[in-house]
Amino acid sequence: MAEISWRHDVDAALADAKSASRELLLDFTAAPM
Amino acid sequence: MYPDPRVVRFVTDSFIPIRIHVREQAADWKRLGERYGVQWTPTVLVVDSSGEERHRVEGFLPADDFLAQIELGRGKVAFTAGQFDEAERRYRAIVDRYPKTEAAPEALYWAGVSRYKHSNDAAALADTARRFGERYQDSSWAKKSSVWAA
Repeated sequence: MAEISWRHDVDAALADAKSASRELLLDFTAAPM
Repeated sequence: MYPDPRVVRFVTDSFIPIRIHVREQAADWKRLGERYGVQWTPTVLVVDSSGEERHRVEGFLPADDFLAQIELGRGKVAFTAGQFDEAERRYRAIVDRYPKTEAAPEALYWAGVSRYKHSNDAAALADTARRFGERYQDSSWAKKSSVWAA
């Protein structure tokens, strides 16, 4: 089954979103990783 | 909600997805939790490219409701950016694809506002009020749109 490729490098992802004008989905979770 | 393949596809296609775990990423959790005022898990934020929160989902939702909520967030991103035609498209997609969700009447309302902002034609608002006469009559969004009735 396909899964979401979550990023965990938060600051780099924020920078990428800004440079690419993309929206972010931030998931604050306590689920097992 | 995440095991649903529709959620996987939509999140992957539409967002840069970031996961912040309360224990595994304690420092990020503290810093970003404070920045965005997160108090509970799961909390999912739709954030625009400049890092501003545009929509929030707190607690678990079934897949259709979750998809509708995060698309609502994308609508708000476009609306805030002044991209009213794109905002309308995103809001109407919620009404069309997830008509039974709680997000749908809110989306119908903002679709009408987006069309009005895009066209500057008050008929867009009157048409929205008419649509609320056909569905979601008991929603707060129907009450808010009632002032637009022709």
